[in-house]
Amino acid sequence: MKIVVCVKYVPDATADRKFNADNTVDRVGVQGMLSELDEYAVEEALKIRDGDESGDAQVVVLTMGPADARAAILKSLQMGADSGVHIVDDAIHGSDSVGSSLLLAKAVERQGADIVLCGMASTDGSMSVIPAMLAERLGVPQVTFASEVTVDGNTVRVRRDGDAATEVIEASTPLVLSVTDQSNEPRYPSFKGIMAAKKKPVEEITLADLGVAAGDVGLEAAWTKVEAYAERPPRSAGAIVTDEDGTGANQLVEFLAAQKFV
Amino acid sequence: MVVERLLPSSEAEELLAVVHEICADQLAPRVDQAEADADFPRNLIHLLGQTGLLSLPFDEDDGGGGQPYEVYLQVLEEIASVWMSLAVDMSVHTLSASAMARFSSDEQRKTWLPDMLGGSQLGAYALSEPQAGSDVSAIATKAVPDGDQYVINGTKAWVSHGPHADFWLLFARTSADPKGGLSAFHVPAGTEGVTFGAPERKMGMTASTTTSVIFDEARIAADLRLGDEGQGMAIALSALDSGRLGIAACATGLAQGALDLAVGYAKERHQFGRAIGEFQGLQFLLADMSAAVEAARATYLLAARLKDADRPFSRQASIAKLVASDAAMKVTTDAVQVLGGYGYTRDFPAERYLREAKVTQIFEGTNQIQRMVIARSLLR
Repeated sequence: MKIVVCVKYVPDATADRKFNADNTVDRVGVQGMLSELDEYAVEEALKIRDGDESGDAQVVVLTMGPADARAAILKSLQMGADSGVHIVDDAIHGSDSVGSSLLLAKAVERQGADIVLCGMASTDGSMSVIPAMLAERLGVPQVTFASEVTVDGNTVRVRRDGDAATEVIEASTPLVLSVTDQSNEPRYPSFKGIMAAKKKPVEEITLADLGVAAGDVGLEAAWTKVEAYAERPPRSAGAIVTDEDGTGANQLVEFLAAQKFV
Repeated sequence: MVVERLLPSSEAEELLAVVHEICADQLAPRVDQAEADADFPRNLIHLLGQTGLLSLPFDEDDGGGGQPYEVYLQVLEEIASVWMSLAVDMSVHTLSASAMARFSSDEQRKTWLPDMLGGSQLGAYALSEPQAGSDVSAIATKAVPDGDQYVINGTKAWVSHGPHADFWLLFARTSADPKGGLSAFHVPAGTEGVTFGAPERKMGMTASTTTSVIFDEARIAADLRLGDEGQGMAIALSALDSGRLGIAACATGLAQGALDLAVGYAKERHQFGRAIGEFQGLQFLLADMSAAVEAARATYLLAARLKDADRPFSRQASIAKLVASDAAMKVTTDAVQVLGGYGYTRDFPAERYLREAKVTQIFEGTNQIQRMVIARSLLR
């Protein structure tokens, strides 16, 4: 079994965000990291691999982005993934999710995968559309937002916790699977994992290797465009409910329900 | 603040990054409550073991990380900067396991060492006694051979995480000779006849339980003796200098944590219309704190590098312990000062840092003992 995990290298959310002159996120000049939500995808892949009885299952980590993005692969390899693929090409700068999903799908096809694993969203863009787009491009089922995953042979069964109900769905491999931050507890790399990662192969590939034309990806081909950006406004005072006529509790619940907290 | 470090390898840099992540995710959210409740964080010791942090300075042949002391100590320092008592637990465990690594038979190390280095066997160090602190030759606990067993009687004092340990590295008397009569033993938890005193009501480091360990006709197999009969003093002394470096690193981390807290507060606290950090009086305080932290770090790192190069480092280890613990005392006291009235409350960790700092001037050889070691080395 081969599991390809798509991971993203994102700017550290605790650091100051910076933008380039073309309104894209500055990914070069800032401290970056493996997207925390993708750690759950890596962990799930490792669990599936280690539970596979054939013993020949392997986990390939796939990312795209500038040279620094290799750090996201390295962290995944330290956690225990077997090898990495890094799509690195100047032409991919500014790609939106449509462009990104094209590149990732081509790279997955090139690898061949029984399960393509993704996090539930990136911690920077938070779009959550890549898994669906990947499934569409690959022509395979999508099993997304899984909070619990069971793999039995070529059947993948997941629990999906929605706002109003929990559903259990299953599909046969090959498929695209995305997992939430409830699905597992990602491990920390151990020192032995750090040492082992140094010997694991990471392949760098370009648009040419994927047969993708430069005009199909990148900022110019993007379906969305950032016209302007602004600092987040300062935190404002919250709503205060004063219970004057005994309806305070109702008002509180209405507020919480409107925010979808209850 | 992320500490600027010159590390000897890329794996050491990657290791420190993981340690930093564990400190932020797992340690920082728990330390205040655990220290307030005197709650020993056994599960975090497991995590440190799984991550390989308890095996760093041990040989790769034994399942260790094969890392120089320089790297191990900086990991320890990072942990201490967030959770002092946990770092001291880690240092004590490393000290307890090192006797097994250096003085055991092949059989013993195969049986015991892997679980010690993996963190599932937590070790404690049972050397001091009520009447035998700095003066190790005053140890009275006896181990008397009886067939293929030893029978142990006596009381060990000040045993860090004593009741939580899975084994004790015990030093006991096998003959009356004050220095040549000590032997070292591996005593597994669960040995009959071993009980604990009430936890010491300490000034700080409350999450790490310190008790006496009482041996009353406790019997252990003769093959749990480490090294030869009479070799105990040599085993105890062999780890002394390394243990002092561990405390120096912990004290440096504690001071760094206090400095970070003070700098953060000085930027945010406003008086007279500006951040108090803009006042020179406070700037000089912060600058002196920073100088003390960096000097402490540089001092222990020199000693560690001498050790890593297999050169004598005993005097430098004592200097590092002295300098770093005095720095911790000064810096934590000043951190309370920077935080003013808030620093004196238990709502901020400054006062806890101060309480924790005091013991670094006392344990692993008081700073007066360190001065004796230093002076003896100079005048030899």
